[in-house]
Order: sequence, then structure tokens, then C-alpha cells
Amino acid sequence: MKRNAIIEKIAHAVVLICALLAIFAVCGITLYMIIKGTPALKEVGVFDLIFGNVWKPTASEPMYGISYIILSSLMGTGLAILIGVPISVMTAVFLSEMAGKKIGNIVGGAVELLAAIPSVIYGLIGMMVLNPLMFHLEKMIYENDSSHQYTGGANMLSAVIVLAIMIMPTVISVTTSSLKAVSNDLRAASLALGATKEQTIFKTVIPAAKSGILTGVVLGIGRALGEAMAINMVAGGAVNLPLPFNSVRTLTTQIVSEMGYAGGLHRQVLFTVGLVLYAFIMIINFLLLKVRKAGAENGSK
Amino acid sequence: MSVKKKIMAAVSAMCLMSVVLTGCGAGGSEKTAEGDTASTELSGSISLAGSTSMEKMCEALSESFMEKNPGVTVNIEYTGSGAGLESLAADSIDIGNASRALKDDEKAGGAVENIVAIDGIAVITDKENAITDVSSEDLAKIYTGEITNWSELGGTDQPIVVVGREAGSGTRDAFEEIMDIADKCNYAQELDSTGAVLAKIAATPGAIGYVSLDVVDDTVTGMKIDGVEASEEQILSGAYLLQRPFVMATNGEISEQSELVQAWFDYINSDEGKEAIKGVGLIIPQ
Repeated sequence: MKRNAIIEKIAHAVVLICALLAIFAVCGITLYMIIKGTPALKEVGVFDLIFGNVWKPTASEPMYGISYIILSSLMGTGLAILIGVPISVMTAVFLSEMAGKKIGNIVGGAVELLAAIPSVIYGLIGMMVLNPLMFHLEKMIYENDSSHQYTGGANMLSAVIVLAIMIMPTVISVTTSSLKAVSNDLRAASLALGATKEQTIFKTVIPAAKSGILTGVVLGIGRALGEAMAINMVAGGAVNLPLPFNSVRTLTTQIVSEMGYAGGLHRQVLFTVGLVLYAFIMIINFLLLKVRKAGAENGSK
Repeated sequence: MSVKKKIMAAVSAMCLMSVVLTGCGAGGSEKTAEGDTASTELSGSISLAGSTSMEKMCEALSESFMEKNPGVTVNIEYTGSGAGLESLAADSIDIGNASRALKDDEKAGGAVENIVAIDGIAVITDKENAITDVSSEDLAKIYTGEITNWSELGGTDQPIVVVGREAGSGTRDAFEEIMDIADKCNYAQELDSTGAVLAKIAATPGAIGYVSLDVVDDTVTGMKIDGVEASEEQILSGAYLLQRPFVMATNGEISEQSELVQAWFDYINSDEGKEAIKGVGLIIPQ
């Protein structure tokens, strides 16, 4: 009897310590980012840093404006969501509502594989296949425009396409499971009222699974915003306004590409870039919590 | 420009000679005579400060040097060439690193220019490009965005894709500094590694980029600049434009330095040291 109680206590302590470890890691990272990221904010000035649009960290009079970089991250993520989410939701609808067992297994397996492909592979294929295609397109579109700077196909659009594909597995799998979780009573009721299968899916099942789909979208945003490797390989990496055929740099690639040799204030500013990225990710996670909470409340009603 | 270059080359050649001579004379014999016993006896610390571009080379050298001489600590700060030479003038360090030739006033202050390596940069294009020779003026114009099509240089009608390295890269530093276009470059792509630049140039028709001389392979064309081929010989003769010396300046000749500093230079001039320098893609001065 007593032995059992001791084992119980030990188990409790071990589990508690593991849980605290996670909290400690989050707090530690947050604290570190704030400590490392704020000095440059003070030194450069919040306004000059966040809203400045000239990035010349190694010039004799250095400029540390990251507004184009922030914009590129937001634009890239936004467009990737715009392209990726409809495709993903349709795929999920197919998987949960229409596909037979055999085809469903094949498509589902393919989606899982897509999720398992490392981002560097996406980048490599983007670089070797997508960029040359983009270069052809670029030459066609800007044939008579002498002011355009040719990027060789490494541009915003390439990054968006790669990102759109990369977020698909996340969105698809979350959406599929939330669609599957919709009670069959709803489907039956809808069909009984004379709705067709399509009407049932789009008017009944998808609205019922709304919060689950939103969760998938938010996770997708997080994935797109945080992706570095693939973007670094296809986006060109020059700091520019995020227009489709401009070479761009995002928050993540900014850190990846310049951390190696940066020193002094330049390095500190890169930490600030990290802090900005961290803030965005925190906002995304906060949204995620909200969406989940809303979903839970809906479900209980 | 070219006269200045020649003078620079002559001066650096002379300095080189003196380095090599002292290295062979004093250091060499000492080394063979005392061999291993000398290396175990050494202890203390050497301090270096200066050029950020020399970081890779210095790290490689100090690592293997400290491995050989466990009693010695090599402290290196990367503060920039100018700052390093200032610290040297103030006598707060043993060696000032500079990725450029010393200026006359710096030499007048007693700093001696010991060139330990030469950094060469090659300008590369894709294999299909018919233009293999570019003047330095045109090259500068390409990078500042004044020339945007190869047809302006007599080539095919093909837009120029200007590829470079990220801010902070030593290669970019050197290229912009030597071409005198620092901070004026208008890059279409900024890549963060030599390998990425090579792959990108090889895969993109009409692209131009710069990399360390030693990595140029047959997937790309190494361009001639002002008619001079990018090769080790042309760099050593001083004819090739895109090069800069890596200087480890000392207050007075090496022979006047402390035993530790002399051992450091002996190591740099030894086969092992030269291997370390070549290992990071640099050329050994002759």
C-alpha cells in the first residue's frame, strides 16, 4: 500500500517536471528573444527600423529598415493562403465526402507524403524547375519594359507557389478530420430536406466544420510565415517591394542569409527581425487558441 | 589606376620577399633545430584584431596553431581593417589584420605589411554566354544597373541577371570595394553561399555573379576582366584586378616581435599553415 503511494508520488513528480520543462523552454525562448531583440530597437529607433525601407547594414552609413522584409513575409504568406487553402479544402472535401476507400487511401497517402518531404527538397525543385519557368514568363511579360530588373525567375511568385504547396498537407489533414467529425445526422437531415450532395457539402458540412477548417488555415499561416529554407532558395533574396516579379526577402530568410557574417549592430538587428517574426507567430497562435475556443463553444451548443 | 596598381604590386612583392626570407632564415632553421620541443614550451597568448573578411582564414589558422601549441591562446577580434590597424598603432594588440594594402601613413606609424594570403575573386557567367571578356568599367555599370542587357556589350539580346552575395559577406565586401561600387550595387539576387551562386549562374541564362577564385569549375565561364584571365598566375603578377591582400601587420619587422608572434608567423609560412590558408580558398603569395 505504502509502496504504491510512493510510486504514485514519483510518477507525479516526473510528469510535472516534464511539463515544467516545456513551459521553461517557451519562457526561456521568449525572454531570450526579447533581451536580444530590443537593444537594436532602441539603437536604430523603432520607427526607422520597422518602417524604414532601405536595408544597407554594411554601408558606411548603415540603414536598417525592414519594412519591405515584413511586407514580403505578410504578402507571401497571404497569397500562399489564398492559393493553397481553396485547393486544400476541396481536396479535403474529396477525401472525406466523395472518395471511395481505394482512391481515398491513395490521395490520403499522397498528402501524407507531401507533408513528409523536407523543405529543402521543395526549395531545390522550385529552384531547378519553377525558377526557369518564371524566367521565361518574366521575359515575355517585361519584353518592352527596360526599367524592369530581371531576376532570373527567383521572385515573389515562385516563393508563393512553393509556399502554397507546402501548406497544403497541414490544411488538408486538419480539414479532413474536422469534416469527418461532422455528425452524419446533419448530412442525413440535409439530404432528407431534398438538398443535393453538393448542396449538403457546401451548405451544411463545411459550415459545420468551420472552426476546424479555420484551425487548419491558421496552422498553414504559421507554416508559411515560419518557412525559411525553401524560400531562401527560390525567392532571390534581394530586399525589394513584394511585387510578383521582384526578388524578395522575408523575415526568416533575412536571418538565415545574413547571420553568418553579421557583426555588431547588424547582428543585433537580425535578432530584432527574429523578435518581429516571433511576435507574428505569437499572434497566429493566439488566433489559433481563439478559433479553437470558439469551436469548442459551438460544439457544446 | 594601373600605375597605382603596379606600385602596389611592387610594394607587396617586396614585402612578400622579406616575409619569405625572414621566414626561411630565422624561423626555418629554428624549427628544424628545435622541432617539437619548441612547440611544447610555448605558452602565453597572441592577440589579433581587424578585418572581418579574414575571419575564416584566421579561425582555420588559430585552430590548428593552438592544437599544435596547447599552451598558447590566440585571441582574434574582427573589428574591421581600419580598427585593427588603429589598435596595432596603439600597441593594444600584437597583430593587426587588414584585408587591403597598408596606407602610407599607417606604414609611417611603424606598421609592417606582412602579406599572408591573397584573396582572388572571379566573375562568372553561364556557359552559353558569348561574352567572356568585360572591362572593369562595364562590370561596374552592370552591377550598378546602368547596363541591363548583354546586347549593350555586343552580346545576344539577353537580360542580365545580376547575382551577388548577402550583406556582410567577405566576397561581396571585396568585390564592391575593389570595383569602387560599395553600397551602389543593384542586385537581382542575393544568395548566401558560394555554392548557391555557382549553381544559380550555371542554371540561369544571362546571369552574372562573383565567387572566390578557387571554386570556379567548368559549369560556368570565368570571365576575363580588361582582357586578363582570372588565374593564380595573373593574380600573383598583379595583372588581375579583382584581388586583395590579406595583411597581418606588426609593429616593426617580424624578427623584432615576441617569440610567440614569431612562432605564429613561422606556422603561417610552414607547409601546414599554407595548407590551412589554401583550405579556405586563398592564394599563397610567392
